[in-house]
Amino acid sequence: MSVLVYIDSSGDKIAKNAYEAVTYGKKLGDVTAVTNGKASEGDLAELGKYGADKVLVDRSFEGIDDQQLTKLVATAAEKTGATTIVFSNDLVGKAVAPRLSVRLNAGLVSGATDLPKEDGTIPVNVFSGKAFGHVKVSTDKKIIALLPNSLQPEETGSEAAVEEFDGNAGDSRVEVLDTKLPEGEIPLPEAELVVSAGRGLKGPENWGIVTDLAETLGAATACSRPVADTGWRPHHEHVGQTGVAIRPNLYIAAGISGAIQHLAGVNGSKVIVVINTDEEAPFFKAADYGVVGDAFEVLPRLNEAIKKFKASN
Amino acid sequence: MKILVCISKAPDTTTKISFTDGDTKFDTNGVKYIVNPYDEWYALVRGLELKEANGGTVTTVTVGTAEDEATIRKALAIGADDAVRIDTDAEDAFQVATEIANFAKTGDYDLILLGKETIDYNGSQVGGMIAEHLDQPFISLASKLDVEGNTATLDKEITGGVQTVKADLPLVVSCAKGMAEQRIPNMRGIMAARSKPLKVEASSSADKLTSFVKYQLPAPKSAVKLIDPENMDELVDLLHNEAKVI
Ligand SMILES: Cc1cc2nc3c(=O)[nH]c(=O)nc-3n(C[C@H](O)[C@H](O)[C@H](O)COP(=O)(O)OP(=O)(O)OC[C@H]3O[C@@H](n4cnc5c(N)ncnc54)[C@H](O)[C@@H]3O)c2cc1C
Ligand SMILES: Nc1ncnc2c1ncn2[C@@H]1O[C@H](COP(=O)(O)O)[C@@H](O)[C@H]1O
Repeated sequence: MSVLVYIDSSGDKIAKNAYEAVTYGKKLGDVTAVTNGKASEGDLAELGKYGADKVLVDRSFEGIDDQQLTKLVATAAEKTGATTIVFSNDLVGKAVAPRLSVRLNAGLVSGATDLPKEDGTIPVNVFSGKAFGHVKVSTDKKIIALLPNSLQPEETGSEAAVEEFDGNAGDSRVEVLDTKLPEGEIPLPEAELVVSAGRGLKGPENWGIVTDLAETLGAATACSRPVADTGWRPHHEHVGQTGVAIRPNLYIAAGISGAIQHLAGVNGSKVIVVINTDEEAPFFKAADYGVVGDAFEVLPRLNEAIKKFKASN
Repeated sequence: MKILVCISKAPDTTTKISFTDGDTKFDTNGVKYIVNPYDEWYALVRGLELKEANGGTVTTVTVGTAEDEATIRKALAIGADDAVRIDTDAEDAFQVATEIANFAKTGDYDLILLGKETIDYNGSQVGGMIAEHLDQPFISLASKLDVEGNTATLDKEITGGVQTVKADLPLVVSCAKGMAEQRIPNMRGIMAARSKPLKVEASSSADKLTSFVKYQLPAPKSAVKLIDPENMDELVDLLHNEAKVI
């Protein structure tokens, strides 16, 4: 089966979720990857390691305009005869895959968490991670948008052939005036380790113990909604049902009660550590490891323990 | 300015999720429905603010059955001028988007505003699909939207940051946090909503491309392992050797 995988190469380097999408595609068939912009030939050839035979790159335009990218992927799908098209369900994928579904009249499964089952249905997260659904696609052509961090990239091959190609992308009707990418911070949706805190921290002046631990770990920082709403922390750190949904490998939550709307954004995390003074806090039911104790003492102690661990490893 | 706001219903955020009919259907027994928060707090309220500043109308559109009317009335109570319900069960994003696009083609809307996602199925699909049907730009995850004359300026979330973009109307915009502040309907609004027009349109029998055939609850978590707050070396050891995450 011919599989086409869209790769977002608009950043400085190709993100891990692109390798995940190629790995996923490889398990379904022969993979061609498609992208635009200025990514180096070497970086694109690297996709071969994860299973892409070929990479089609359209150098005539840069950026992430969803109308242009939809046309690009549609042209590549026609050229390769792909019957399955894979996206990472990141912010670009979420804008492009639905458009492509209409353009190709191909059923879209967004937020896939795993490979298709024997009956052809594809598991997705529903109800903000509180359940899985199995989706059946009734069209021959399928589009699958893979939830980031659902499987590990696997190195199976060598270099891919990189081929220049014209995706007939047309012009963008959206003008980009400004792009702000806060420097030095690890973007929350991509972070593998996250340290988060809630109202239990009492005030913004106490966040040093949170950011210190995050820095030692190389983790991103997050918070509960009331913390962002009262301006203790910036809005982009708010996780949960109405904030960002994340699925890091490790989520450390201090002074957060674990309300159902908070859990909805973090229950996809592989491992959850909860630090709370109240042993009855509902978050402990969702935790793998729990520390019943005062965050003001436990966080600095954990920070020291990690420093010690890092020094001896 | 003519604004169309897409309104869907969603189970109240505290709903306990369970399934019936051999795990093939979401169990709606006793479920309380609310207006999908992103549609209500951000799309609808920003639509109303733009109308208040520039003049025009705010119409809501919902693909759904008579069961959706309570949430539609809530949107009217918050301030929409009129509402349209396209009379069919909403089962698939492609179907919903096609129905809305077919309806929107008859109305010459300057802006179509949606929520960033429905909190039940979390698809984030409907907006892009409507935009493709109408051949319009789609600005996703907008946290700011201003309109001057025929041009909109928006902030949108991108991976790791924010982008400011400019585009001519008509546009499709999905709305996220930051767009507006939640409005609580007052008594007058609730009374007025009763007499505002809620028009029921026949569906255009749009195709469905996907269906949910089965649901499953996640495997229950094993009990939490408690660690002595004095002994963080033990936690680090477990995270390294047992959980293998550091
Ligand atoms: C429609 C809707 C959507 C929502 N969406 C979200 C969302 O997306 N994200 C979100 O987070 N919330 C959301 N909420 C709010 C949610 O219901 C909770 O109110 C919120 O998550 C509580 O935040 P918190 O845990 O920080 O604060 P609290 O509930 O006040 O909990 C503070 C916790 O800190 C503990 N504590 C106190 N002192 C210490 C100490 N010294 N050391 C350790 N622990 C301590 C306490 O025991 C307590 O458990 C939403 C609510 C609604 C109605
Ligand atoms: N049945 C529906 N009727 C009207 N609008 C809808 C419907 N379903 C979804 N929408 C809109 O589309 C947005 C995104 O939904 P989704 O693609 O399902 O995550 C929602 O926030 C609503 O604004």
